[in-house]
Amino acid sequence: MIRYDLLKELKPILSDHLVVCNIGAPSQELHEIDDQPSNFYMLGTMGLASSIGLGLSIATEKKVVVIDGDGSVLTNMGSLATIGNNPQPNLVVLIVDNGSYGSTGDQPTYTGGRTSLAGVAEACGCDTVIECPADQTPDILRNALAADRMTVIISRCDSGNRKCPVISMNPISIRERFMAEVAR
Amino acid sequence: MAREIDRQIIRDLRENGVNFVTTVPCKQLAGLIEVLGDTDTIRHVPCTREDEGMGLCAGAYMGGMRPLIMMQNTALGVTLNALATLIQYYQIPLPMLISYRGEVGEPVACQVEMALHTKALLAQLHIPTYHFHNVAQADELPGILDHCQMCRKPVAVLTDASFWGSAT
Ligand SMILES: [Mg+2]
Repeated sequence: MIRYDLLKELKPILSDHLVVCNIGAPSQELHEIDDQPSNFYMLGTMGLASSIGLGLSIATEKKVVVIDGDGSVLTNMGSLATIGNNPQPNLVVLIVDNGSYGSTGDQPTYTGGRTSLAGVAEACGCDTVIECPADQTPDILRNALAADRMTVIISRCDSGNRKCPVISMNPISIRERFMAEVAR
Repeated sequence: MAREIDRQIIRDLRENGVNFVTTVPCKQLAGLIEVLGDTDTIRHVPCTREDEGMGLCAGAYMGGMRPLIMMQNTALGVTLNALATLIQYYQIPLPMLISYRGEVGEPVACQVEMALHTKALLAQLHIPTYHFHNVAQADELPGILDHCQMCRKPVAVLTDASFWGSAT
């Protein structure tokens, strides 16, 4: 299962929650599947989705789902230490691990080699880390959101992207409608 | 050991409504970080790198908090993309309280190398920049914090060795 098909399966779960979505293909795919004011699309800044999600989850009591990627987490692995040491019960970090840099042409990442992001997250102090195949992810995400416990999910997907249009929304519009949703 | 200048700055942050601070430490910021730890109204989340810290600040801002980052000027390079494509692109107000290493009074020669580029990089990014060189200039901080919120931009406050040396 590729990320696009996973996001489609996750749509009914994600649409009820604040979602911080990673740069590039993930945001473009989510935008095409289910554009919502409760989605924050990153238009730039690789690697900071989980950091934005942690900051947000500290500021709000609402549930926050981060959709991150293996390549992005590898650029900012320290974020897992910050998350592990500042656990927010309303935060779920979903790392779509397809073993590749999807937005740049599916070049392999080290998670397809010898590196385990679940191992990294656990070593960084994250208490609840679940690695699962893509098709089990909807149930695991639903349970994680029902439990009041910070959870890191590593969802193993196949490499590949769906061709979706670039997001043409103005960044300030994305932020303002997202903030209105947070404050609602 | 925290000094009066540290307490004054943290008081100014509190009175401005700052309630989320992320830090990467510097010797010159040690007193501030110590006072932060005793300040209940400010949530302090140390970050592992300064661009990560800017992500935390962006999220905290969107959740309704008022963030600030404390960092050293030597880290400016790793924050350029976060500043341009997150903080500036989405118009997020972000005061940056920066320890300006490598100025007169600096004991470590290598620190001078990034000091030479600090103001040029900030100017290239069109970041409003204020340089505190003696302790009396800290009185400008409340106005700078207001200005940052008003214009919704990252704003840099550079605090050099002379500033910290002249403080009590
Ligand atoms: Mg990937």
